[in-house]
Amino acid sequence: MFIKTKIVVEEVRKGFPTDDGRLDVIADLNFKVGDGEFVAIVGPSGCGKTTLMNIIAGFLAPDTGAVKIDGVPRTAPNRNGVLITQQGSVFPWLTVRENLLFGLPDEISNREALAQEYAELVGLKGFENNYPHELSGGMLKRAEIARALVVKPEILYMDEPFSALDALMSLRMQNELLRILAKERHTVMLITHDVEEAIHLADRILVLSPRPARIQATFDVPFAHPRRVSNPEAQALRVAILKELGVELV
Amino acid sequence: MAMKKVTGAIPSIIVLAVVVIIWWAAVVLTKSVIFPTPGKVVMGTLELASDGTLWEHIAASLFRVGAGFLIAVLFAIPLGLWMGWVHGAYVTLNPLFQILRPISPIAWIPIAILWFGVGNASPIYLIFIASVFPMIVQTTTGVHTIEKRYLRAAENFGVTRKKLFLQVVFPAALPQIIVGMRIGLGVAWLVVVAAEMIALRSGLGYLIMDSRNAGNRYELVVAGMIIIGLIGLMLDGAMRLLENMKNVRWRYVH
Repeated sequence: MFIKTKIVVEEVRKGFPTDDGRLDVIADLNFKVGDGEFVAIVGPSGCGKTTLMNIIAGFLAPDTGAVKIDGVPRTAPNRNGVLITQQGSVFPWLTVRENLLFGLPDEISNREALAQEYAELVGLKGFENNYPHELSGGMLKRAEIARALVVKPEILYMDEPFSALDALMSLRMQNELLRILAKERHTVMLITHDVEEAIHLADRILVLSPRPARIQATFDVPFAHPRRVSNPEAQALRVAILKELGVELV
Repeated sequence: MAMKKVTGAIPSIIVLAVVVIIWWAAVVLTKSVIFPTPGKVVMGTLELASDGTLWEHIAASLFRVGAGFLIAVLFAIPLGLWMGWVHGAYVTLNPLFQILRPISPIAWIPIAILWFGVGNASPIYLIFIASVFPMIVQTTTGVHTIEKRYLRAAENFGVTRKKLFLQVVFPAALPQIIVGMRIGLGVAWLVVVAAEMIALRSGLGYLIMDSRNAGNRYELVVAGMIIIGLIGLMLDGAMRLLENMKNVRWRYVH
C-alpha cells in the first residue's frame, strides 16, 4: 500500500539507572512506518511510550539499535519531524504569528505569508496577534499544530496531543487533524491511551506490552474516512485491542 | 470600574487618616516641642516646595538612584543570563555573589569614600552595590527555571544560537528579570538616604540630615521621610507597569 518506508525502528533498547539497579523501559523494538502512513501506538500507562517517542524524534539516544529516517540514522531532532506533546510548547511570550514564524528559517522570503496561511488553515484567522494566554485550550492546540505544520515537516510526532482537552474538544481536534491531513499528507506517529482515538485516526495500531515495551500486537484499521467509531467493525476492533491491553469488555 | 477602584481605596484612606489623627493627638497630648504635628509637616513641605529646594533634592536623589540602578541593570542582566545559561559560570561565580550579597550596602560606606571620595560617585556606587545582587540572582533563576518543553521545541526547530537566545532564553527569563529589577530598584531607593549621608550638599537623605543638624527642623525631617516613601511608591508603580507588558503577562496570570 505504501510506496516506501519512512521510519525504521531497529532493535531499539532503552533503560535507565535507578537506585535499585536498572529499569528496562524498552526491550528490543522493531517496526517500520511507511511514507505518509498514520501509525498509532497504544499501551498500558508507564510502558515506555513517551520514551519511545523521544527516541524516534531524536531527543533521546537508544542504548542499542537505531532509528532511521529515510535510511539515515536519526541522532538529533530537526524540523523535518516535529513533536507535539500533551503539555504543549507554544511559546507564551510570542504571539500566534510569532510562534508560527519561529521555526521558519530567516532566509525564506514568504515567511509572513506562510504563517498567515497556516494560521488560517487551523482556524486561527483573526487571532494571529493574540498571545497564548489569551487563547482557549483548543485554540492553543491549533496554534501548536500550525507551528508544526508551517515548517512543512515530513513527520509529525504526536504524544498524547489531545489528552489534556475535554472529550468534546479532543474529538473536534481529531477531526481537525484529519481535515488537515487530507489536504497535506504527512507521516504521523501518534501515541495515545485512547483506543477510540487510535481507531478514529490511524491506518495501523501497534499495541505495546507492559514495561519493558515490546510490540505485542499490530492491527490494521481498514476503514475509509470519515470513520464512525460506533460501527460494529470498529467496535469489534476496539474490543480486540482492549483485550490485548488486558481489558475484557462484558 | 472607576467606582470600584474608589470604593476599594476607602479602607486604606481610613487607615492613613487614623494614623495621622493618632500622630497629631500624640504630639498635642505629650506637648512635644520638637516632634512636629502633621500640620507643621505640611507647612514645612510647602516651604521647601515654594523655595525650590525640594525639587533640587528630589532631582539629586533620583539622579543618583537612576545612575546606580542603570549601571546595575547593565551589569546584572547580561551576567545573570550568562550564569543561568553556562553551568560553569554559575558554579564559579555564584559562591562569590552569595558572600557579597548579605553585606549591607551601609557597610560599604567607608570603602566607597576611600575609593570614590566625597561626591556623586560614592552614593552611585552604594546604590549599584545594593541593587545589583537581587538582579543577578533573579535573572539567573529566570534562566534556570525555563521549562524544558520550550527548550526542546526550540531544539526541534533547529534554530540558531542567536534566535534561541533572543526568542526563547531572554523572553522566557524576562518576567523573573523584571521581578529582580523591582526588588533592585526598591533596595536602591531604600539605600539612597544612607548613601547621601556621606557629606553631599543635595538629595533627600541630605535634606533629612541637614534639617536635623541645622536647628532641629524635625518637620522637614518628617517631610523628607514622607516624600521618600511616596516617591518609592511611585517607582514601584512604574516597575509594575513593566509587568503589564503583553509578552510577560503569561508569567503573572493564572
